[in-house]
Amino acid sequence: MNRINETIRKDHKLLSIYFTAGYPNLEDTAEIIQQLQDNGVDMVEIGLPFSDPLADGPTIQESSTQALKNGMTTTVLFDQLKGIRKSVDIPLIIMGYFNPMLQYGVEEFCSKCQSVGIDGLIIPDLPVDVYHEHYQDIFEKYGLKNIFLITPQTSAHRIGYIDSVSDAFIYMVSSASTTGAKTGFGDVQMRYFERISNMELKNPQIVGFGISNHETFNHATRFSKGAIIGSAFIKFLKSHELSEIGDFIGSIRKG
Amino acid sequence: MSYNVNEKGYYGEFGGAFIPEMLFPNVEELRQNYIEIMSDSSFQEEFQQLLKDYVGRPTPLYFANRLSEKYGTKIYLKREDLNHTGAHKVNNTIGQILMAQRLGKSRIIAETGAGQHGVATATVCALMGIECIVYMGEIDIARQAPNVARMKMLGATVVPAVSGSKTLKDATNEAIRDWINNPEDTHYIIGSVVGPHPYPDMVARFQSIVSEEIIAQLEEKENISKPDYVVACVGGGSNAAGSYYHFLEDESVGLIAVEAAGKGIHSGESAATSALGKTGIIHGSKTLLMQTSDGQITEPYSISAGLDYPGVGPMHAHLYASGRAEFISVTDEEAMNAGLELCKLEGIIPAIETAHAFAIFESRKFTKDDVVVVNLSGRGDKDLETYIKFFNL
Repeated sequence: MNRINETIRKDHKLLSIYFTAGYPNLEDTAEIIQQLQDNGVDMVEIGLPFSDPLADGPTIQESSTQALKNGMTTTVLFDQLKGIRKSVDIPLIIMGYFNPMLQYGVEEFCSKCQSVGIDGLIIPDLPVDVYHEHYQDIFEKYGLKNIFLITPQTSAHRIGYIDSVSDAFIYMVSSASTTGAKTGFGDVQMRYFERISNMELKNPQIVGFGISNHETFNHATRFSKGAIIGSAFIKFLKSHELSEIGDFIGSIRKG
Repeated sequence: MSYNVNEKGYYGEFGGAFIPEMLFPNVEELRQNYIEIMSDSSFQEEFQQLLKDYVGRPTPLYFANRLSEKYGTKIYLKREDLNHTGAHKVNNTIGQILMAQRLGKSRIIAETGAGQHGVATATVCALMGIECIVYMGEIDIARQAPNVARMKMLGATVVPAVSGSKTLKDATNEAIRDWINNPEDTHYIIGSVVGPHPYPDMVARFQSIVSEEIIAQLEEKENISKPDYVVACVGGGSNAAGSYYHFLEDESVGLIAVEAAGKGIHSGESAATSALGKTGIIHGSKTLLMQTSDGQITEPYSISAGLDYPGVGPMHAHLYASGRAEFISVTDEEAMNAGLELCKLEGIIPAIETAHAFAIFESRKFTKDDVVVVNLSGRGDKDLETYIKFFNL
């Protein structure tokens, strides 16, 4: 069974962490993943940096620009992940924009993902219908789960379609925004989380965007299976050593 | 083969809507409604009225006597430079502001490079009394001060794009991010035939007034229904799309697209997308774009800020890949000389973008009976400083 499917069956609320591969330093990738696992993170999203990340706010943009300057490429990332499965067994997801994958060759990319032990992909600018029509067979051939986003503006009909094409979890974007733009949840968001929860979809939901601390993690997971933290973790990395990652994770879990 | 968009939003293999889910409701709302809204008679009435009374259309089709004589062919100039705000850009912004009103939007965002589209957007927002925010690369703000001032005078807020390379591509990213953060009340007026479907088609339709007028004007002047060639410069490609539009499916009309080679195609400082680009995704569209082997979008260069875009609209990618249009690239120097030549021979100072189109006559020869229409897409007032520097005037 795919590691993502296994993990989402666990009893507790899941904490997933996003980081940009190649940031702060080119060679940090494996160490960050190891630290995250050792400190009890349930799932990791490895950001493949892109020059023009449309859905991202300034924090992830800057980390992407820095990672590219540091020399990160698709090939370098796969090289860095080669031995990762010797010591890491939590699900690993690559999150990136479609163009670098298209240039690498979508099938070649998927095949490489499988060989280094990637479990799934999140590709914000690959729409569900294009995926369904052109790429689903390839992803499935290499055992990769594709994860789709929904937002407060996504219609119930479309959520149903996304749920039917998905087989892992649904990435529930907390509010209409780019990453890192807002923090904290009000009544509007809570009602939206609850509304989606009441739809009783076959895929569990994991909330992303706007989660930065213990409080927002708890709010986000009240009606969902878990939450994803990205920008807040990148900001932490900017001013801390990798050895301090446990402090960050502890502050989310325990407050 | 068709050269127009198909029902799925593709031109051949190019186009589509590769957008984050956050943009889907807005883009889908537009996709479902744009044809119906544009076909509505009250929309057309208001659109045509504004083009006539406010923009000053139809623009003349002028027989360029001395230029024709020099190059031994019949050259007509479609005078889009005589439009209000000085370029073809306003055809599209008039159309889109009416579209935004009918979609019930109360806030307009736009990107701009040289500032022409920003000015054209700020203009129609002032006309309609709608809030206007224009994203412009920090570097472009510094080098296009008069257009920044124009936008401010017209009541727009100009927001510097400080990410990436701080030029047009990044201004477009910032406008898209704004739209993601404001999903309900905002319409994004894209300035060219780029972006996710239906933008390339919608913008081409608004600009198609240009080829529509060319047909009527040629009938009157030459008693013919079509030219032998249409020549236009291509950055994103909106003036080219507009001047080709009614001739796309008629292969007896030669389409010539002129790109900016900058300091030379292989100089590392160029914007000749057809020569240097590969298929990829930029700003929600699958098209030809300049990128590294790793799929990172690279920064183009041209002396003209309006051609300084690393991609090209999907219609043009298809026209190139299918061989329907002839693509020629022209260096900064060739364009500047052609611009100056147009001043001396015809008394018209063209925008530097437009000057690229005129530079082909030195090497691309036509017969004496060929009727060649050049889309004179914009006037050169905004470029005086560049002209002054280049020629030490």
